[in-house]
Amino acid sequence: MAASGKIDPMHQFVIEPIFGSFGHNNPFVFTNSALWTLIVLGTIWLFMFGGMKRELIPGRWQVAVEGLISFVDDMVNVSIGPEGKKFLPWVFTAFVFLLFANLIGNMPFGIVAPAHPFTITAQFTFTGVMSLITFAIVLGVGFYKHGLHFLSLFVPKDAPLFFKFIIAPIELISFLVRPFSLGLRPFIAMFAGHVLLDVFGNFVVQALNSHSGGGILITILSMAFIMFVSMIELLVAAIQAYVFAILTSLYIGEAVNLH
Amino acid sequence: MDVASAKLIGAGLAAIGVGAAAAGVGYVFGSFLNSAIRNPAASDGQQGRLYIGFAAAELLGLMAFAVAMLILFAF
Repeated sequence: MAASGKIDPMHQFVIEPIFGSFGHNNPFVFTNSALWTLIVLGTIWLFMFGGMKRELIPGRWQVAVEGLISFVDDMVNVSIGPEGKKFLPWVFTAFVFLLFANLIGNMPFGIVAPAHPFTITAQFTFTGVMSLITFAIVLGVGFYKHGLHFLSLFVPKDAPLFFKFIIAPIELISFLVRPFSLGLRPFIAMFAGHVLLDVFGNFVVQALNSHSGGGILITILSMAFIMFVSMIELLVAAIQAYVFAILTSLYIGEAVNLH
Repeated sequence: MDVASAKLIGAGLAAIGVGAAAAGVGYVFGSFLNSAIRNPAASDGQQGRLYIGFAAAELLGLMAFAVAMLILFAF
């Protein structure tokens, strides 16, 4: 903590049990990660079901939900084409889950000490599993639709034979790195932002505790920087969800259409 | 040189990559604005590509950050 003078920005990412404990070979532990996943799920349900009343004259809430759905629908239709409707459920799920998890992780509930938000998307387990699902869909759809012809994804169509031999391994490596990079991107973006906020939050407390003239200056500067980073974080939360969704639909579109 | 100080120097060197990615992200948005101001009518259709380019450039900076964090906390 701040009083000891040593800043520990990793403490906020530790998964701790709320009910039960990790000992005694007990695999069923209700952790803070599980709690915040449920909170994210509950918020998504509230938001979606609140706007799905199918009123003839839509209110503000229904317009918001319909706008969100048609936003993802347009994105899927542009990158996958006429078959995009089939993949809308997963792309929409991923987009909404990442968006809500990122935004809820950024909420300043920490003013009430025990309610410190646990950012579930700052764990590679969440984003990594989401990118694995995306690539299970890509491989499954690709091999189901095209059979072994799917492998021609790695070979450029109109290149001379000599270049095909050079480019195919590069394309293969690029394809193999994608599941990793797709999951890493939202994870690191949230992780980095929260480390930054934690470090500068500790600067504020330590500078105030120093009771000196320079301390006040550092406090004001750090506080201004925290506000700036918080705004950037809200932007990044939305951008990362959008990027994940658009890359997912792009990769699926590649597997469906093959060039 | 002992390992603890070498770790800190290594993490600092790895953080240089974040600055390089900043130049990359700036270039992506800069060139988008350059062409979007010339032809504003066509700019809305290219926003998806803008964010793909942004994501590709940003990822490398995030990787540098991840390496710095690995050096600091994982070893």
